[in-house]
Amino acid sequence: MTKPEIEKSPDTVEQKSELLSLSSSPHIRHTESVPQIMMWVIIALLPSVIASYLFFGWHAIFLTCVGVSSAVATEWIITRLLKKPTTIGDLSAVITGILLAFNVPPTLPWWMVVIGSAFAIGVAKMTFGGLGGNFINPALAGRAMLMASYPAAMTSFSAPKLGAISGLDGVTGATPLAHFKASMADGSFQALDFQDALYNLFTGNVGGCIGETSAVALLIGALILWYKRIIGFGIPLSFIGTVFILFWLFNGTGELFTSGSLIIPTYQVLAGGLLLGAFFMATDMVTSPITPLGKVVFGIGCGVLTFLIRKFGGYPEGVSYSILLMNLVVPLIEKYTRPKIYGGVRK
Amino acid sequence: MSIEVFPAPQKVIIPLQQHIGAPAKAVVNKGDHVVIGQLLGEAGGFVSAPVHSSVSGTVLSVGLFPHPTGKPVMAVEIENDGLDERMPFEPGKPWAEADSKELISRIQAAGIVGMGGASFPTHVKLSPPEGKKIDTVIVNGVECEPYLTADHRSILERTDAFLTGALIIKKILNAGRCFIAIEDNKQDAIKSVRSRLSDAQFKGELKIAVLQTKYPQGGEKQLINAVTGRMVPSGGLPMDSGCVVPNAGTTLAVYDAVVEGIPLYQRVLTVTGPTAAKPRNFLVRIGTPIRLLIEACEVDMKATRKIIMGGPMMGITQSDLDVPVIKSTSGILAYDKVVSGEREYPCINCGHCVHACPIHLVPSRLAKLVNKEKYDEALEWNITDCMECGSCAFVCPSKINLVHYMKLGKFHIQARRAAAAKK
Repeated sequence: MTKPEIEKSPDTVEQKSELLSLSSSPHIRHTESVPQIMMWVIIALLPSVIASYLFFGWHAIFLTCVGVSSAVATEWIITRLLKKPTTIGDLSAVITGILLAFNVPPTLPWWMVVIGSAFAIGVAKMTFGGLGGNFINPALAGRAMLMASYPAAMTSFSAPKLGAISGLDGVTGATPLAHFKASMADGSFQALDFQDALYNLFTGNVGGCIGETSAVALLIGALILWYKRIIGFGIPLSFIGTVFILFWLFNGTGELFTSGSLIIPTYQVLAGGLLLGAFFMATDMVTSPITPLGKVVFGIGCGVLTFLIRKFGGYPEGVSYSILLMNLVVPLIEKYTRPKIYGGVRK
Repeated sequence: MSIEVFPAPQKVIIPLQQHIGAPAKAVVNKGDHVVIGQLLGEAGGFVSAPVHSSVSGTVLSVGLFPHPTGKPVMAVEIENDGLDERMPFEPGKPWAEADSKELISRIQAAGIVGMGGASFPTHVKLSPPEGKKIDTVIVNGVECEPYLTADHRSILERTDAFLTGALIIKKILNAGRCFIAIEDNKQDAIKSVRSRLSDAQFKGELKIAVLQTKYPQGGEKQLINAVTGRMVPSGGLPMDSGCVVPNAGTTLAVYDAVVEGIPLYQRVLTVTGPTAAKPRNFLVRIGTPIRLLIEACEVDMKATRKIIMGGPMMGITQSDLDVPVIKSTSGILAYDKVVSGEREYPCINCGHCVHACPIHLVPSRLAKLVNKEKYDEALEWNITDCMECGSCAFVCPSKINLVHYMKLGKFHIQARRAAAAKK
C-alpha cells in the first residue's frame, strides 16, 4: 500500500486541513503492532537470560549480546546496501540474535556466534525479502550452519556453575540427553537413575546450550507469551505432547505404568532444547502454519521427528532439525488445513 | 442521547437511487409544487423502490447530484417553502385484518428499504420465492458498530410501535416465531422491550434474545447463528436457513407505513465522533445535506480527517459535505485519525486475522492472492464470502489494509463476470 496522496500534497497547512481522507474501512485499528509483539517476545526471553547468567556466568550474557548485535548489524548493513528502508526497528533481528545465542554452548568462541547470527539474518532471512519472507526459522538455520561447520565446538559443554548433578557424576561436560543416549547404547540404562536429575533439569542446573537448560525460566516466558496472546496452545502442546507420548510408549523399560516409564518421557521433555523449541522457535509466526488445525499438525510433526532423531538418529538432540524440516512443509500444511468457512463445506 | 427532531433544511436533494435495484423514475419536473409524502419517483421495477418528498415546496431541478456512494446520481432538488404541508396519510384497513399481499403493497408503496445500511427493498425481502419457508423473524436491534446509537434510542423511545412493526412482519411472513435481538450493552432498551412483552397484544408472539456485545454480532449470518444455531449456507441468503432479519429502523418504518400510512421520508441517525463537540441522535428529513448536521453538532473540521457515513468499522468516507442523508444513512462520524492509510510492516503470518474473521476465512492469504491478481485462487479461498466487516484489518499488527484488498478482489471478479456475460 502506498501512502495516501494527501500526505505528499504541496498544499499549505490550512488547505491540507480541509482535505478529507478517503481511505477504506475499517477506520479504527487495534493498537497492537509488530514491534510490540516482538518486544513482548524479548521480555518473555528475559527470564531465560537471567537463568543463563545464574548457571553459566557472564560469558553467557556476553555471547547473547554478541548474537544480538551481530544480527542487528547484519540486517542494518544489508538494508543499507540494498538502499531499502531500515527494518531493525521492528525488533525481529534482536529476537533472532537472542535465540541464536540460546542455541549454542556457553563455551562457544564469540566469533562463531557472529558468523551464526550473520548467516541467520543474512542468508535465512534477508535473501528472502526480510521479515515475513523467510521460510525457515532464521535462528535455527544459523545453529544448523554452525553445527555443520564447527561440530566439535558446538558439542563441547561445560558443567553448570552450581556443580555437577547426581546421576551424572564423573560425566562432567555431557548434556543430560547425551548421557541418556550413551547409557542406552552401552546398556547401563536404568530408568530410576534419571529421577534425581529431574529437579535439576527443571531449574536449569545442567549442562547444555545457553537458553535451553532452565525449564522454569522458559515456562515463565511461555506464560507471558500466552497471556499476551502471542502464542496459543496449538503448537507447544501438540509438540511437547507428542514427544511425551512417544517416549512414554517407547520408554525402553518395557512397562507402561511404572514410575520408571513416566520418568523417561518427563526427562525427555525437560532435557535438551524441547521447551525452548516448542515455546519459542516452533511458534515463530512467519514459519509456522497460519491455520489453527495446521498448527496442531505442525506440532505433531515436530514431535514425531524429534522423537525419531533422538531415539534412532546419530544426535542426542533432535529439536532444531525437526522444526527446520517441518518449516519446509508449512505451505503444504496450510493448503490442506484450511478452516471450514461459515456455512460451507470443508474443501 | 435522546432523539431530537432536526429542523427541515432550506433545500433537500433526494436521490432517485437510495436502494439496491433499479433506480426510481422521476414523475416530477422542474417547477412542480410538491408536499411531504408526495411521490417523486416511481419504482423502476420489482426490485426497486419509490421515492417520496420529505418537505413541501418547489422542485428546483431534476439532475445529477453527489451521492454518498461516490458516483453522482439522478436526484430531485426541492426548495422548502417552510409550510410542511403533507399528503393525507390514510392508514387504510387495520393491519390485523389485512392479508399479507395487502400489507406488502403498503410497504412497497411507502418506499421502505433496509435502513441498517443494506438498503435492500423491504417488500422484496418480505416476499421470499416459492419453496422458501420462513419460520423465524429476527429483528436486528443489535447495532454492533461502535459510536452508533440510533437504533438503540428508537427502540427505547418508540417501543410499542417497534414491537407492533415486528408483529406485522411476522404476520406477513406467517413465521412461527419472532425474536427481538438486542446486545447486552443496551440494558435500558432490553428492559423497555421486556416490560412490554407481557402485554396482551405481544404476549406469546414475540421473544427477546439478549446477545453478547461482540462485533460483528449484527451481521445477519452471525445473528442467525447466535439466535437459532443455524448456519446460512455459503453463497446463500438468510431465507435459505428459514430466517428473515429486518433492521430495527426498518421495522419502525413498517409500522409507520402500515399503521399510520406514512411513507419513508425521514429517519433517525447518530451524528458523533471524537471531533464532534455535541454528538446527538437526530430525526432527519431524507435529503438533508450532511453539512448542516455536522455544523449543528459543532464538529471541529480542522481536526477532522474523515467524515464517515455509517460506523467506524464499515462506513464509507465522504468527500463532499453536500451529499444528502439517504434512507440507509445510520450515522455520520467525524473522525480525527487516518489509521488506514498505509501498511507498516510485511505480513508476519501471525494468524490474528484468521482468528478474528467471523466467516473463518484466511484474510492474509486472500490479500496476497489479490495482490498478485490471482483471482481464481481467491475465489477458491472463498473471497466472495467476505462480508467486509473489518475485523481482520482491525487486528492486523502490520496494519495491512485487508478489507481494501477484499473489496478490490471482489471488484475485479465482478468486472470479469460482467465482461464475460456481455460476450
